[in-house]
Amino acid sequence: MDTEVLSSYLPLYVEAFFLTLKIGWLGIFLSFVLGVASAFIIHFKIPVLSAVFGAYVEIFRNTPLLIQLFFIYFGLPKAGISLSAELCGIIGLGLLGGSYMSEAIRSGLDAVSSAQTESALALGMKKTEVFTLVVFPEALTLSVPAIVANVIFLLKETSVFSAISLMDLMFTAKDLIGLYYDTTEALVLLVMFYMVMLLPVSFVGSVVEKKAGAGMFGE
Amino acid sequence: MGFEVLLKGSNLIRLLEGLAVALKISLISVAISIVLGTILGVIMSMDNKVIKGITRVYLEIVRIMPQLVLLFIVYFGATKVMGINISAEASSVIVFSFWGIAEMSDLVRGALKGIPAIQYESGIALGLSPVQTNIYVIIPQVIRRLIPLSINLITRMIKTTSLIMMIGIVEVLKVGQQIIEANRNSSPNAAFGVFLTIFVLYFIACWPISRFSKYLERKWET
Repeated sequence: MDTEVLSSYLPLYVEAFFLTLKIGWLGIFLSFVLGVASAFIIHFKIPVLSAVFGAYVEIFRNTPLLIQLFFIYFGLPKAGISLSAELCGIIGLGLLGGSYMSEAIRSGLDAVSSAQTESALALGMKKTEVFTLVVFPEALTLSVPAIVANVIFLLKETSVFSAISLMDLMFTAKDLIGLYYDTTEALVLLVMFYMVMLLPVSFVGSVVEKKAGAGMFGE
Repeated sequence: MGFEVLLKGSNLIRLLEGLAVALKISLISVAISIVLGTILGVIMSMDNKVIKGITRVYLEIVRIMPQLVLLFIVYFGATKVMGINISAEASSVIVFSFWGIAEMSDLVRGALKGIPAIQYESGIALGLSPVQTNIYVIIPQVIRRLIPLSINLITRMIKTTSLIMMIGIVEVLKVGQQIIEANRNSSPNAAFGVFLTIFVLYFIACWPISRFSKYLERKWET
């Protein structure tokens, strides 16, 4: 391995790293918002909307991100909707993640035992209070492992952004391999940067999971 | 809207053939993953520190490395470092099995751990030998838990194999691109119709399987 090559590639990777991080976390933020909204709508069986969001969850959970991105980036402009590659990445990841987060939070909501709701009502809490102070916090706690798994999954999924010519880590690696054929160096840096991106998340995730587990009620 | 190109010549059939390429690779990988993953899962559930250490590193690598990165390492890296030339198809099967075995072994380990000790104890107390307890009591329950999860692994595998176009395998997306290119002048909007069709095709391939897995999960819930 050539250290000179490594150091000359490094700035390119750092730039790509921050772009990947930016799009990844914005997409994850969007997916969380979308997921919570959609989980509430489906959980409370709001007419019409729950059918729409139910279909959304099924559609995006059962198709690959790569295909979704191709449709959003290459297909939609032909129907008059043109978005920049970055925006496509954020929206694509957000839509995909939203469907996964929705399932995670919804199963948390379903898992909160009815005794919790009944006890809270018996204590004289209002229905909205029961949900915001009792059911939702517990559901979120129950969903933590699934949410952590989703965040890691979504950060990994950012690797397909190169397909819509976003200059992310994958794109940089592929480009450099094509240009200079220093395959080993390009791949080593690629692995290193993904480790820098995901190891802390994986570590923090397991700590959060343990903390959330310790905060369980009624066990 | 560009759907007309699909009816031209054998375009639709070519797309379906492209999908078949991806499905074939996913089914081979799933088969390997289920067999080897089950064996590894059983090994992992034994309390051996060395095995635990090694498998933890393996699972963590799979957990944090995007499959596309692994695909690049095997497809581009192996050729460069070891001088062996692995075809794109073989690289995909290697990478997706590497990933699938990890997923499957974790499921098996979880299912085995999830069987309460009282099941073993009751079996023994009823006069069954340890082998009989495993065959008649434990394994049927483990299989019941595992089947929905392994079916779910199939849909995840199908979704993941869409990545193979990134290492140059001509599958459904690549065929779609070729069709769009070839009809650039006659149907400039082909991208919409073709990519939407591929989107729907993937949905048709995955949705019934994931519904079935959910159905079994609910039916066998204990």
